[in-house]
Amino acid sequence: MAFEASPPAAAGRPAETVDIAIVGAGPAGMAAAIAARRHGASVVLLDEQAAAGGQIYRGITTAPTQRLDVLGPDYGAGASLAKDFAASGARHITGAAVWQVTAERQVHYLQGGGVRSLQADRVLLCTGAMERPFPIPGWTLPGVLTAGAAQILLKGSGMAPTQPVVLAGCGPLLYLLGWQYVRAGVPIAAIVDTTDGSDYRRAIRHAGGALAGWRYLKKGLSLMAALKQAKVPFYKGATELHVLGVGQASGLGFVSGGTLRTVDSPLVLLHQGVVPNTQFSWSLRAKHAWDEAQLCWSPVTDAWGELDVPGIFVAGDSGGIGGARVAALQGELAGLAAVTQNGKLAAATRDGLAAPLQAEMREHLFIRPFLDALYRPKKANRIPADGTIVCRCEEVTAGDIRSYVELGCTGPNQAKSFGRCGMGPCQGRQCGLTVTEVIADARGMTPEQIGYFRIRPPIKPITLGELAREA
Amino acid sequence: MKPDNAGLPRGSDVIVIGGGFHGTSSAFHLARRGAKVTLLESEYCARHASGVNAGGVRTLGRHFAEVPLARASLGLWHDLPELLGADLAADASFVASGQLQIAETPQELDKLRHRVAELHALGFTHEVIVDAQQVREIAPRLAHHVVGGIWVRDDGHAVPYRAVTAFRHAAQRLGAQFHEATPAQTIERIGDRWKVTTHRGSFVAPWLVNAAGAWSGDFAAQAGDVVPMQPGGLMLMITQRVPHFVDPVLGAAGRPLSFKQFANGTVLIGGGLRCGADVVRRHGEVDFMKLSSSAQTVTDLFPHLGPINIVRAWAGVEAFMPDDIPVIGPSRHAPQLVHAFGFSAHGFELGPIGGQIVSELVLDGSSSLPIAPFAVDRFATAHLH
Repeated sequence: MAFEASPPAAAGRPAETVDIAIVGAGPAGMAAAIAARRHGASVVLLDEQAAAGGQIYRGITTAPTQRLDVLGPDYGAGASLAKDFAASGARHITGAAVWQVTAERQVHYLQGGGVRSLQADRVLLCTGAMERPFPIPGWTLPGVLTAGAAQILLKGSGMAPTQPVVLAGCGPLLYLLGWQYVRAGVPIAAIVDTTDGSDYRRAIRHAGGALAGWRYLKKGLSLMAALKQAKVPFYKGATELHVLGVGQASGLGFVSGGTLRTVDSPLVLLHQGVVPNTQFSWSLRAKHAWDEAQLCWSPVTDAWGELDVPGIFVAGDSGGIGGARVAALQGELAGLAAVTQNGKLAAATRDGLAAPLQAEMREHLFIRPFLDALYRPKKANRIPADGTIVCRCEEVTAGDIRSYVELGCTGPNQAKSFGRCGMGPCQGRQCGLTVTEVIADARGMTPEQIGYFRIRPPIKPITLGELAREA
Repeated sequence: MKPDNAGLPRGSDVIVIGGGFHGTSSAFHLARRGAKVTLLESEYCARHASGVNAGGVRTLGRHFAEVPLARASLGLWHDLPELLGADLAADASFVASGQLQIAETPQELDKLRHRVAELHALGFTHEVIVDAQQVREIAPRLAHHVVGGIWVRDDGHAVPYRAVTAFRHAAQRLGAQFHEATPAQTIERIGDRWKVTTHRGSFVAPWLVNAAGAWSGDFAAQAGDVVPMQPGGLMLMITQRVPHFVDPVLGAAGRPLSFKQFANGTVLIGGGLRCGADVVRRHGEVDFMKLSSSAQTVTDLFPHLGPINIVRAWAGVEAFMPDDIPVIGPSRHAPQLVHAFGFSAHGFELGPIGGQIVSELVLDGSSSLPIAPFAVDRFATAHLH
């Protein structure tokens, strides 16, 4: 084999160039596109779905009135953003699975079985959130879904369960879905809430912030009131959650009020909050930090969302959970910063435009410490006992991982070598946080010290045949 | 992590820099013969190319200079139960699946015939020419344009990280001290000893082994041995699980390929595919344009794999030499220093014997195998002509 110098990805440079490439058509991506177009940049927004909206506003451009009514006004708010985006002049590439973004700002994607790529001057990653893993006994049984997945079925295609469902865990999405199900006439066998008195006591310390976020609180309280009015069975302070059933979920077992209870249901929906989708920022080897308040990794950025990889920005929940409105504001800020780097906007103008957005963002973020404290997932629901499966793809249990630690495994990447943990089709996207926390806990160290899986492309599946066509 | 200087043994007979396969194997063979060994590893053992390569245990197609070593090493692979103990041999996960190098054209097959004839003339008969029909028997799903190839029945594969870890555990059983997260910084000959500094203090020993892979060139230079070693990334990709379709490891005569299916159904695709490496930030940068041509090769040879998902691509960091054969042997400028690096994408199979050679150089003053072609100063000599 001849020796050769190795410049970064010199071969096959993409033919198409664009000022700004945005990955993800949720609130952050749409707002960023609108802002960048307003200042004359050429913008391509790539998204996997057939229409704009992301997960939070999924199906917003096509939802019939009845579905809009069921899903509520916060969902409906996405319609005007989607309308402005459609009118912005940004090129929206739908059905596009971005499988690699390079530090040189090449964006590689699949669309309709074809491989394509473009060269962007600036890249904005608006890839949103993922649901936090909820590894309890039985969580891998058929009939167990996440609440987010169930909500996507409702938003995207108006599908809802016909048999009674159990909703278990904690966090705003869980109660919102319960409320939406009540409005859609879906029978709810029970809501099993893991939040307990200690969570309320911890959260109340952040009540100063909560007052500023009164709109969020009011919304949350009205959801709870509606669930109560609908007489949905509600259990508080639930511990020792385990899915019942052999070969198929048949219900949920748990302890509440000192009593072991079971609720029968063929469908169990689990949820304990969402965490940033950091696949691209990790694959770019950007610096990440462990967020102890939100118990997750988030990429380290400057005030505009720029990573330590120059010219690549993160906006929205993929940079840290802030919710839909914060995501849109961050998207707009990152869009302004990117077009400034493009040379299309003076820094002073950017700063003037940014000031009111930053003020509004601070207002919306006041509620976060309260919510993060109140809905902090319990250790037992994040760091499971030995018998519980952590890595679903390769069926690796928490006990397996602890045994690797005893054999000298010091972090997630070695856990792969010891027992294929995180090496299946999802490449650790499901189990990554749990693996970090299980190892940190077993070694008595912090997640920050333990680190995360090295994320490598392809970020989305690409077949050998498709990759061969990129040659 | 705060430095933990308490209780570290500072003095030993040999310090090995590098916890890759050759460093770990050196520690094992040295400890086996009673030497007191300290191994220093920058990150964790088998972190780079040693732990994430294609795992080919291949004597097939070796550079002629490497053939005696490769065959001796294969003997050790087959004897791992005696060498490491049955439990650790099982951990090492060697499978004697055979290796097949395929020819896609009659011209390629002619070249392979010529090679095998030369090899036979040198007294090595492990490589056997097979025709199209025999190829079909060995790998029935191969595309029908394949005209023949070279077959080595006793070659095979192992899982790299597991194999290195087995040698590591064997070395530790024999008393070798492994210090991970302990990068060697400087080496210096002081009197009759080497002093190796680290952020956790210095280590001293009469003998030093430089098995630092992509980082070896710097240590060699510190000892006065300037070598044209280049770091590089070595790329691989792996697919989702697919039903069993092939047993042996496959290579190709005409294009880069190393290909195998594991027992769990995943398919590993590599073949010495180079990419950039950043030795300061310690990572290889995957270049999908090159992997793309690799995907082309695979789908040409196994059309049924076209719709199969690639789940991951990665790159280990490795040392490459201009002539693609390693440096194995004593320093030309410093006493009691042995180099073992520059394996240029095919050091894995040589791991077991590499450590034995190092142990012989340290303990006997010479190797029982011919290592003259691997001399550290071979390029310096060439420049003089």
